Amino acid sequence: MLQEEEDLSLTIAHIVQKLKGSRLYSQLERQAWVSLQKPEIKLESLKEDIKEFFKISGWEKKLQNAVYSELTVFPLPRHPAAPPEHLKEPLVYMRKAQGSWEKRILKSLNSMCTELSIPLARKRPVVEQKELLNKWNEMGTDEPDLSLFRPVYAPKDFLEVLINLRNPNYENGDHLNLKTHLGLIQVPLKVKYISELKEFFIELSLNTGQLGIDDATQVPPELFENEHVRLGQKVLAEQDSAAAQQYIRQGSPTALRAELWALILNVSNQPEDLLYYEQLKSNVIQHDLLVDSLIYKDVKLTASNDDYYFVFEDYLYQVLLCFSRDTSVLGHFAYNSASPPKSYIRGVIPFHGFSMYVAPLCFLYHEPSKLYQIFREMYVRFFFRLHSISSHPSGIVSLCLLFETLLQTHLPQLFYHLREIGAQPLRISFKWMVRAFSGYLATDQLLLLWDRILGYNSLEILAVLAAAVFAFRAVNLMEVTSLAAAEAVLADLSTLKVMPLLQIFLFATIT
Amino acid sequence: MLIGQLAVRLQGLLGGVVFPAWDSRTTEDFYAAAASAMSRVQVPCHIKGAVALQVGDVRTVQGRPGVLVIDVTFPTAGPFELQEITFKNYYTAFLSIRVRQVGSPNQSSNKWITCLRDYCLMPNPHNEEGAQDYVSLYKHQMLCDMDKVLELRLILRQPSPLWLNFTLEELQFFQHGPQSPSSAFTKWLSHPAPYEQPALLLQQALPDPDKVSSEVQQMWMLTEMIRANRTTARIGRFDVSCPAASALSSLALIWP
Repeated sequence: MLQEEEDLSLTIAHIVQKLKGSRLYSQLERQAWVSLQKPEIKLESLKEDIKEFFKISGWEKKLQNAVYSELTVFPLPRHPAAPPEHLKEPLVYMRKAQGSWEKRILKSLNSMCTELSIPLARKRPVVEQKELLNKWNEMGTDEPDLSLFRPVYAPKDFLEVLINLRNPNYENGDHLNLKTHLGLIQVPLKVKYISELKEFFIELSLNTGQLGIDDATQVPPELFENEHVRLGQKVLAEQDSAAAQQYIRQGSPTALRAELWALILNVSNQPEDLLYYEQLKSNVIQHDLLVDSLIYKDVKLTASNDDYYFVFEDYLYQVLLCFSRDTSVLGHFAYNSASPPKSYIRGVIPFHGFSMYVAPLCFLYHEPSKLYQIFREMYVRFFFRLHSISSHPSGIVSLCLLFETLLQTHLPQLFYHLREIGAQPLRISFKWMVRAFSGYLATDQLLLLWDRILGYNSLEILAVLAAAVFAFRAVNLMEVTSLAAAEAVLADLSTLKVMPLLQIFLFATIT
Repeated sequence: MLIGQLAVRLQGLLGGVVFPAWDSRTTEDFYAAAASAMSRVQVPCHIKGAVALQVGDVRTVQGRPGVLVIDVTFPTAGPFELQEITFKNYYTAFLSIRVRQVGSPNQSSNKWITCLRDYCLMPNPHNEEGAQDYVSLYKHQMLCDMDKVLELRLILRQPSPLWLNFTLEELQFFQHGPQSPSSAFTKWLSHPAPYEQPALLLQQALPDPDKVSSEVQQMWMLTEMIRANRTTARIGRFDVSCPAASALSSLALIWP
């Protein structure tokens, strides 16, 4: 009992400490001062009256949302003896692997720099600054010479690193033993069994209504859709983050999605946020970074070639160029196993396909500063886990292992067949999971999937969907005889409907 | 409940009167303060090397031992009251602890007693979960009293054959330190303030809260004015009249 109370007090102290530096704290203070002039506030019961005022005016709700957001995002300090690296990543060998991977990336970037003799950062001359400011909303028309640039790394390079990840204390012998991993990932992380997944994703079960299934044209809207939309409007009126997160597990109506996501991520459009974005924009205009060229190259290679996203090319530049200069992103490195490079490039180094994280958000938000904030929140909560080595249950290593375990357990014949023909399933599904399926699914299906990521605060659904796709195309896959043929069978996912696949795989497969 | 307590804390912060030290307090300071409030002192110990328990001849039998025993003695410290054990786990699945204490006068020899049985460090011995965590074990988790500890024996078990080695690292033992005067701080730590406290204290002879709060409001206005007209000149000591100072201190008592 004593231990739990101590833990609770520590948690409270930690969150208070975090919130003290935030804008919300100064706003609450200001509101408290303003309220002193109201006649309802009496000196004898000052504390109670102010608390009552906060409750009525909706400020308590905002505080609740901020606390909920802190609890969700930041892991709480666990043990006084644990060093900060332990909070980033408890397993030492994974920390080492992440460190050497980062060194490799930086070396590659440096060598590209010296080869092309381009400075990492330079101040733009005034003429160029004016030009860029004029062209800010149509940077896509710019055609700089990017032929010499190449992406720093692609997902398949990262996959090779993960395949070679080994625990030095683990029996990695050549002979098969009871726990030999037949897949590519050889580290024994904890992943959920299908029974645990069924419990975790209980709101996706067969007898609960889902958007993505129960809003199809054949189903009369009175059965589920109308009520769900009404409930969504009520949740938005209440402005409650926790309720919104629970609601969105069954999917979000298209009209309400933008506001619901903003509520869950606790992003509000304050004048200070607009100012911050403008500041980042002026940073972009004044200085030219090497990372900018990498971003240009990535957008041109990926998003501009995509049928759905090429219209948003300009937005992508506006968001990503600012993102590479945002120092507040550095805060997430406290719980990310990665570390920012100790040298000049302070921030995230984009890889091939990075811009696809932003592209689907452009369908929801049209205002660049709001789009930027939403993307930043999504990145520091979820997407960073998809390209750093860690033992977190939502980290890419755990997702790969979960995918392989699910496939091996529930489709053993398919798994064995693919392994025999040299087409390890992870080699095909890795690129889907690293990009959170962006660019592979149709946009409306992708947004339904990302609804669930936000609702469950976990990326495990990506691994489950990957396994469900393999299960769906199992018959065709059993007939292929090479990796190329297997890739061809799974090349086009744009016709798939995500929610029925997930439901069938989790709840309707005979195990 | 969490939200309610948080609201209390934040409004205490808004007052700015109580706990001015919160402004500079970091998490590490908090832990240090908590530690000193709980007043624990590390006990120097001698940790003998781990001995593997195995059936059969160690050299000829294949396979790894699943049980290790670590003996811990305290040659410099006499029998002490054990408060806390901290360590870093390294792939140990279960931990048992046996203790030898100073027995009662009519017993001839000191016996070994089990004070912790099969404490689970790794929920699944085959997985990495909990494998490299930092753990603390407290007095209240033990099966017997730990008043006069002479020696400890830690029995580590790892039933999974997949791991090459397992042990515990950075073992540290703590006993009660001298009681610090900030015991009120400890109380606040473990018992978040109930609402009845203000009424209780009022019954003791304290100045009238209305008078106190109006005096404090005046003080508040003064500090706001000063903050608004901030100059680089040093203000020097603020000579406050006695009633206001005592009002401030009594307010600190009323607002927890």
